[in-house]
Amino acid sequence: MIDKNLELFDCGHRACGGCGAALAARLVTKAAGKDTIVVSATGCMEVFSTPYPETAWKVPWIHSLFENASAVASGIEASLKKQGRTEKVVIMAGDGATFDIGMICISGAFERGHDLTYICYDNEAYMNTGIQRSGATPYDASTTTSPAGKCSFGNKRPKKDMPQILAAHGAPYVATASIAYPADFMQKVEKAINTKGPCYVQVHAPCCTGWGFEGNQTVAIAKLAIETGLWVNFEMVDGKVVKAKKVVRKPVEEYLKTQKRFRHLFKPKRQDAEIAAIQAMADKNAEKYAIDIKLKKE
Amino acid sequence: MALAVGCRARPGKSRDNKTGSWRVFKPVFDREKCTQCGLCMTLCPEGCVHETEEGFVAPDYTYCKGCGICAEECPGTAIAMKQEEK
Repeated sequence: MIDKNLELFDCGHRACGGCGAALAARLVTKAAGKDTIVVSATGCMEVFSTPYPETAWKVPWIHSLFENASAVASGIEASLKKQGRTEKVVIMAGDGATFDIGMICISGAFERGHDLTYICYDNEAYMNTGIQRSGATPYDASTTTSPAGKCSFGNKRPKKDMPQILAAHGAPYVATASIAYPADFMQKVEKAINTKGPCYVQVHAPCCTGWGFEGNQTVAIAKLAIETGLWVNFEMVDGKVVKAKKVVRKPVEEYLKTQKRFRHLFKPKRQDAEIAAIQAMADKNAEKYAIDIKLKKE
Repeated sequence: MALAVGCRARPGKSRDNKTGSWRVFKPVFDREKCTQCGLCMTLCPEGCVHETEEGFVAPDYTYCKGCGICAEECPGTAIAMKQEEK
């Protein structure tokens, strides 16, 4: 059972006001409970939650390097198993550490079948070092290493499909979630922790600084990503999609317009072809996961 | 500063860092309009909104950064953001 009043991620951390990742960390610790060991990869969350000698975590927490969070967690899990202990091992890493830098160690840990829960808070770029693009950055987003300008509309590549990659490793439970639906997210984390074997949960966590919006819009924007079909909340059990959140879809424009990283699509001139390309991606998502609610015609 | 073995720190020591000083706008909770649904408690990235002894919901201004997610997401209109004078 999830204890809503449990606070294991304390006040006083140095995240920006309205940080999506800080909210994700809070919800994860609530769902995981106190018998948990958290392993963090380098990233914004690691930096804002533990500027030495402070720490916001009230569960055992360890950080080693950017790329090896899964390897460290594998060792902890193996040691706990040998000692006959029952603590759960949870990895919290950003999209940079997951999609790009930690890929080899993640692949290894999932292939060896350790009893781990890997949670990726996806804010769609390297936010801590100054908003560089990662494998999770969406198409046409402007970042400091994929700047929009006269010759470019920003990031040229679509987002990497990490859940499918880990499902292909034979992960028993893979899910995507959003901070805009906290109850659903906590349930998925709880389910992942209680499933034996390596499980993966990817949570959409908007970044007000990196994406360019006011801090109070964090949850509203996460919700818009779901409502436009650019982010799909689904669950995969043994490689098969068993559930996906259905929505009455809005046009992608409503999501894009809210963020500075997509501003070049509307100013100085509206880029209809680019917006149509992003809409096509949302349509493809909708078809792939069958998320459209068909309204009855009156 | 001397480093502890393993660079360890006491759990929750971040409380020493009083982030309330970052705030520009302050969420003011209206007790009459609040239905105590608890959404603000769930969605606060600081985890500083809590239930008081009298059974009302209130933020801890020592740590509230004034991001305004609570006011934005409140299903009613029980939370107003007001500019703070310090």
